[in-house]
Amino acid sequence: MAIQRTRGERIFDAVNTIVLFILSAITLYPLLYVLFASVSEPGPLMSHRGLLLAPLGVQWSAYRLVFQNPIILSSYANTLLYVTAGTALSLVLTTLGAYGLSRKNVKWSTPLMMLIVFTMWFSGGMIPHFLNVSNLGMMNSRLALILPKAVATYNLIVMRTSFQALPDSLEESAKIDGANDFTILLRIAIPLSMPVIAVIILFYASSQWNAWFDAMLFLNRRELFPLQLILREILVLNSTDSMMAGSAAQSDQIQIGETIKYATVIVATVPILCIYPFLQKYFVKGVMVGAIKG
Amino acid sequence: MLKSAARPAKQASSGAAQREGFFAGIRKDFRRNRLIYLMILPVLIYYLVFHYFPMYGATIAFKDFNALDGITGSPWVGFKHFNEFFSSFYFWRLLKNTVLLSAYGLVFSFPMPIVLALLLNEVRHNGYKRVVQTITYIPHFISIVVICGMIIDFVKQDGVITHILTYLGMENNNLLLEPGNFRSIYIISDIWQQIGWNSIIYLAALTGIDTEMFEAARIDGAGKLRQIISITIPSILPTIVIMLILKVGTVMNIGFEKVMLLYNASIYETADVISTFVYRRGILEAAYSYSAAVGLFNSVINCTLVIVTNKFSKKFTETSLW
Repeated sequence: MAIQRTRGERIFDAVNTIVLFILSAITLYPLLYVLFASVSEPGPLMSHRGLLLAPLGVQWSAYRLVFQNPIILSSYANTLLYVTAGTALSLVLTTLGAYGLSRKNVKWSTPLMMLIVFTMWFSGGMIPHFLNVSNLGMMNSRLALILPKAVATYNLIVMRTSFQALPDSLEESAKIDGANDFTILLRIAIPLSMPVIAVIILFYASSQWNAWFDAMLFLNRRELFPLQLILREILVLNSTDSMMAGSAAQSDQIQIGETIKYATVIVATVPILCIYPFLQKYFVKGVMVGAIKG
Repeated sequence: MLKSAARPAKQASSGAAQREGFFAGIRKDFRRNRLIYLMILPVLIYYLVFHYFPMYGATIAFKDFNALDGITGSPWVGFKHFNEFFSSFYFWRLLKNTVLLSAYGLVFSFPMPIVLALLLNEVRHNGYKRVVQTITYIPHFISIVVICGMIIDFVKQDGVITHILTYLGMENNNLLLEPGNFRSIYIISDIWQQIGWNSIIYLAALTGIDTEMFEAARIDGAGKLRQIISITIPSILPTIVIMLILKVGTVMNIGFEKVMLLYNASIYETADVISTFVYRRGILEAAYSYSAAVGLFNSVINCTLVIVTNKFSKKFTETSLW
């Protein structure tokens, strides 16, 4: 970059910097607004119009109500269970399947792979899926949130591609030394594929964390609901009633209801945003891995 | 290899025994790779049970399904449900809403991450670039339920966005109760949420460009814009095409969870798409066969679209998925 920059280039750079700054501000502001609103006094917040540049007063009662709420807490625990159990099962199935399907001298691996990839482009649809899960007796069962999406085809393809890229010589020499396929997978293939495995774990975990629709389809019992389904009640269906049982007068309830919504958003989002900077590089890598072979 | 065949792997033997009686070559393959097939088996069972069973279950689209007789026992009725759907008032409305929402996405949402990647690529200060990237990635990590909750709150009567728009002469009404607003809200919020994240792939493609080309272009007197049009964009065109095919392939499969979270009965006119209709008819009203027919129609169109766009792409750009 030793070359002298022209005037046009300098103007371009300045405009570019400003455009990107505005974009960042627009991206960030809605989140700041929610944060400010969640700690604001309910009264002033209700009468306030337009942008918030700082919290209107400070109160923590909304957070207190959120953390005291048994439904939010139990759904949080449920979500953690679904995320850990679902991700663990998915990871085991996907790793085994991807490794098996990545081996070259296996006669049926190509047709089986075609059978699997076909499901990406064509599916029976929502209703047959629903009837299928209910015929399997999984209505109102935690399994309904884990088993039906235990394997994501996209993730399977990503992992298979990565296993295929391992040099054949490793497998051959291990076989000569008497290792069987399971040993090779555990001792050689998995340790060499840790970056991809990290990416796959992230993909499965974040999809479980975000899931709400399957829970709505298959669960009626509220004590099994994941966090997102409870969030939907509070944020989308706009019902904070269940959270304020025993709280003060009616008008106070309406007012605090608004701040509760914001506090709930923060409580449900901040943990993710806190771990995200550490995981960002894996996610970015994941996008790349998938791009190699769509 | 001989060694692994000779091992009396207990779990594998039952799986292998079932397949006895095939040609000798196939038998040899199974014996040699029994552990491999054992690894694939759970995944295979998964796909059969959770993907191929429902495909068989989709035959209820051609039947009058009742729970008593089950999928197999219910009487065939041919294309009755399809005819009913095609001749109903809903058909054109749903098709139009589904296709338009996707088309708007292709026209407005799709190019934005490319533009962002081009801009980010021109940033000379690495720290600033990283900060902008990190910030614009954030909304991608917020769950769709929370995003929609925020949208609903911001555009309600007296909401932040509604309030700002009143300065531009709009009335202070809940924006999501007005059918004309739905697509804009859906698309703009989608750009907001995904622009940063979707730019990653293009940024990666951009780093692969040989910088000498830019030096040469500068010496020839090409300005920034000229360089972007003549060098940068052609260089990342294969990536753009691949992403476009993937996107076109999902035209009939738009993010229906987001629609379902945002819409309400007063804006069905523009917001109701095929999958949300299937949900209401099928799950809420238990019209299983009819909604399965609607869903099957959707799947078939979708599958056709993927195949057709891939063919086109193969022909014109030599880039394809398979």
